[in-house]
Amino acid sequence: MVRFENVGLRYGMGPEVLKDINFSIAPRSFQYLTGPSGAGKTTLIRLVLMALKPTRGLVNLFGQDVSRLEAATLTDFRRRMGVVFQDFRLLDHLTVYENVALPLRVTGKEETSYRAEVVELLRWVGLGERMHAVPAVLSGGEKQRAAIARALISRPQLLLADEPTGNVDPGLGRRLLRLFMELQSLGTAVVIATHDIALMELYDAPRLVLADGHLHVDA
Amino acid sequence: MSMPDHLDMEEAEEERPRSGPRLPASLRRDQPLVPVDSVAGRALVVVIAILTFLAALSAGAALLAARASEQWRGAVANEMTIQVRPDPRRNIEQDMARAVELARAVPSVAEVRPMPKTESDKLLEPWLGAGLDLVELPIPRLIVLRLSSVAANDLVAFSQTLRREVPSATLDDHRLWVRRLSTMASTIILAGVAVVLLVLVAAGLAVAFATRGAMAGSRDSVEVLHFVGATDEFIAREFQTRFVALGLRGGAAGGLAAIIAIALLGFLSSAWSATPEADQLQALFGAFEIGWSGYAVVILVAAVVAAIAGLVSRLTVRHYLRAMS
Repeated sequence: MVRFENVGLRYGMGPEVLKDINFSIAPRSFQYLTGPSGAGKTTLIRLVLMALKPTRGLVNLFGQDVSRLEAATLTDFRRRMGVVFQDFRLLDHLTVYENVALPLRVTGKEETSYRAEVVELLRWVGLGERMHAVPAVLSGGEKQRAAIARALISRPQLLLADEPTGNVDPGLGRRLLRLFMELQSLGTAVVIATHDIALMELYDAPRLVLADGHLHVDA
Repeated sequence: MSMPDHLDMEEAEEERPRSGPRLPASLRRDQPLVPVDSVAGRALVVVIAILTFLAALSAGAALLAARASEQWRGAVANEMTIQVRPDPRRNIEQDMARAVELARAVPSVAEVRPMPKTESDKLLEPWLGAGLDLVELPIPRLIVLRLSSVAANDLVAFSQTLRREVPSATLDDHRLWVRRLSTMASTIILAGVAVVLLVLVAAGLAVAFATRGAMAGSRDSVEVLHFVGATDEFIAREFQTRFVALGLRGGAAGGLAAIIAIALLGFLSSAWSATPEADQLQALFGAFEIGWSGYAVVILVAAVVAAIAGLVSRLTVRHYLRAMS
């Protein structure tokens, strides 16, 4: 599903921030992406999202080399991925409902065709009573859950979550982890970027460890 | 989405419906996906309104000049006058009769009407006053010719014949005046059209700058839209919809203001019609009235401004998105 071969990335003329990255993500797999703060976890996620282009190496997504992707295919690939940003990146002027419905709205679907689905998911993540609220009035945990719901609404084949438990209490963190595990069992490949060792110890899964720009897989 | 029942989301479970979701009637507010700063948006509406107002007034003025020039042409182009100047060595009545005779022989002249002396004296009244005995004054006499067609080609020959046969008579070709007036009217029309075009370009540039500003301010939103699978086309359409709405609001306000201004000018000019200034304006521009077609032009200008706002914002966004990727 995702394959990186000798991928390197540098910003401008600066030093390489990611060096010789090699790893692959299989369908329906579950893995952590870990490493100290500033190790490049978010950068790696942005590479998978095709928001950054590698300065060298091969990035293969869904069986295709991304360096030769056309715009339409790029959009199609992004629609197969769900992403939870560390800072949530909810659109401030939209309600929780509108934010969560966004991935479906941008495909041009009629609102009536997905309304029930979005409401069900919002109730499922415990935001049933907050669907009309705007992000500014939500707590950190609520924003986190809204961001997760937005990532899940289009039933992605690959879920990338950047520090998804960073803003919630340990109890909610555990419940969110169980949610991700459940998604994996439903067929989604899950990548959780975190430096929370306690969280990783709750469920044993391969760890992609980033340190000093290098990545090694800790199976 | 079919969610597993056994997911351990305690707080969520409590709220989860057991017999299908109960949906509020309308969930989605009609919010644009891309926020356009309301202050900048309002400023743009005002700029577009002012530009539309100016463009609509220029278009109205051009239309007014076109109509006036049409009126002049209609009134003057198919008329000519023979002026017979008094000459102490000649009998003016005989000259008049000879000139009338010659004019009647010209095929393109449909009607010849020698102006009686009393009538030509009357023409001088505004300058010399009424009740003045003009017998002693050498007043020229006039013969009014009505042409059967404007494109008469035997008039040059007639003019020469007249000069030869009646040396004191001259043929006054009104078409010279028509040409001059037409040139003046055409200049006004061209200037009006040029102003309209310039204003449209200015409106386009204002929208382009506003769009770039909105794009820069919405960079995060645009990136999120990309990540959730929005195409460039979709994002461009979102911006375009927003800017067409702003353009329509500005265009409608400016167009309405122009219609009110033109109607007001028409009202004032008719209210002051007795004054010399108003008469002068009336003589130059005809009735200060642009008619339904004029109002249609004003509305068209407003619509074009809105269309330009949409088109320019779309192009700007596409360009910006290409640069972003």
